[in-house]
Amino acid sequence: MTWDNEFALSILPDLLGGLWVTIQATMSGILIALALGLIVAVIRYLRIPVLSPVFGFYVQFVRGTPLLVQAFAAFYILPDYGIVLSPLITGIIVLGVNYSSYTAEVYRSGIEDVGTGQWEAATALSLPVRPTWTRIVLPQAVRSIVPMLGNYWIQMFKDSAILSLITMNELLNVGQTIGSSEFRYLEPLTIVGILFLAVSYPAAVLIRRLERRLALTS
Amino acid sequence: MSERASDVMISFENVDKSWGDNHVLKHLNFHVKPAEKVSIIGASGSGKTTILRILMTLEHPDEGVVTVDGDELWNVTRGRRIRRESKQMKLTRRKIGMVFQQFNLFPHLTAIENVMEAPVQVLGMSKEEARERAKGLLDMVGLDKHLDHKPHRLSGGQQQRVAIARAMAMRPKVLLLDEVTSALDPELIGEVLGVIRDLATSTDMTMLMVTHEMRFAEEISDRVVMFDNGTAIEQGPPQQVLRAPENERTRRFLHAVLEH
Ligand SMILES: Nc1ncnc2c1ncn2[C@@H]1O[C@H](COP(=O)(O)OP(=O)(O)O)[C@@H](O)[C@H]1O
Ligand SMILES: [Mg+2]
Repeated sequence: MTWDNEFALSILPDLLGGLWVTIQATMSGILIALALGLIVAVIRYLRIPVLSPVFGFYVQFVRGTPLLVQAFAAFYILPDYGIVLSPLITGIIVLGVNYSSYTAEVYRSGIEDVGTGQWEAATALSLPVRPTWTRIVLPQAVRSIVPMLGNYWIQMFKDSAILSLITMNELLNVGQTIGSSEFRYLEPLTIVGILFLAVSYPAAVLIRRLERRLALTS
Repeated sequence: MSERASDVMISFENVDKSWGDNHVLKHLNFHVKPAEKVSIIGASGSGKTTILRILMTLEHPDEGVVTVDGDELWNVTRGRRIRRESKQMKLTRRKIGMVFQQFNLFPHLTAIENVMEAPVQVLGMSKEEARERAKGLLDMVGLDKHLDHKPHRLSGGQQQRVAIARAMAMRPKVLLLDEVTSALDPELIGEVLGVIRDLATSTDMTMLMVTHEMRFAEEISDRVVMFDNGTAIEQGPPQQVLRAPENERTRRFLHAVLEH
């Protein structure tokens, strides 16, 4: 089988449409992960009896089961309980919930990276709780949190391809559909790969640069 | 307590502290007069840092009363639940400043921002006023050329001088110094000791410092206290404690330290 330029060009618009869905799903998933992860991290941090351990288990549970299993569970089981969502919405929620567990851990480790010496210096200066957080701890934590999150965002972008298996109309799904109807997989799948790379590679470079910019020694 | 307020700046009454089986402070009674410069010496692990950390409210005693400038900082009855941050404690704590062995500067802030932070956030001072105060202090510690440098661009000696200026910005009545030169390269120790010497001779701040710099302690202290096993085993004027110690353990300790 040889590469057919004309065929490749003809399927490009559909594939770009798929990429757009992938990007939208990733972005939405990121927002969910950021918000839910924050809630999880704060509740775990506060060490509330019962509630905090429950959220600790949540993190372990979500991280310990494959994304695909979670996606299938949401896609096939939720409708039995009367919750009927489109594949896109289901996929976004699964992606967001899945990565909320990683995001929560990123927040936690970002805060823990700020050494006890910083907290003690704040106490020695009688800084109240609020400025200790907003002016001392969080500005330092953000510097390690942002690059870590960025790496997870790229991973989410790539992992979203798994959601093609619950018929979400994202990039891989579009490529596969074209392949099976045209009996040619070479061009669609190659372009799918290139498009993923075309986004993830520059994003990775950007994040590395951001990391260097944010470093405390800059 | 009020009748003693005028002649006692720091007081430890029957203070106990242990970690597990490690009984670090044993019914410690210890007093420092206003404006007095006291050096604490003693072997590693004898509880010197713990005393300063209890004063800075970074640790709590298991039992006992600690007052500063007549105000209660800690009043702990064994077995009773400790409220870590009472209102009274927060107010009293403002009278105390501390300089740490590892500087603990805020790495994301410049030198002058490090010094301005507490006056603005705690005292509600305007930025301009705080900047003026910070400038004056950084000038005093010889860092007027480095106002806008972040800590990573400063040498250890410079960082520690910023840390001293930062503590001074709150105009503390009591300054705690915990081995502030022991993380420094030998050639940088002098500049930091110089700043502390200036503070000791030109202010009536009460200073309590833990140090292994015996000659420096002798030079600036009104009193030297030797700690061993959680109690003060010997204290008095520096010439006496450092030159003619009566306690055998003090003698052995000084012998070991001065060997180096
Ligand atoms: N947070 C802590 N947990 C357990 N043990 C501690 C802690 N802080 C200090 N110690 C112990 O208390 C003793 C006294 O410590 P410290 O006050 O730091 O001594 P020094 O400053 O005289 O070297 C040491 O044995 C030390 O190991
Ligand atoms: Mg110590």
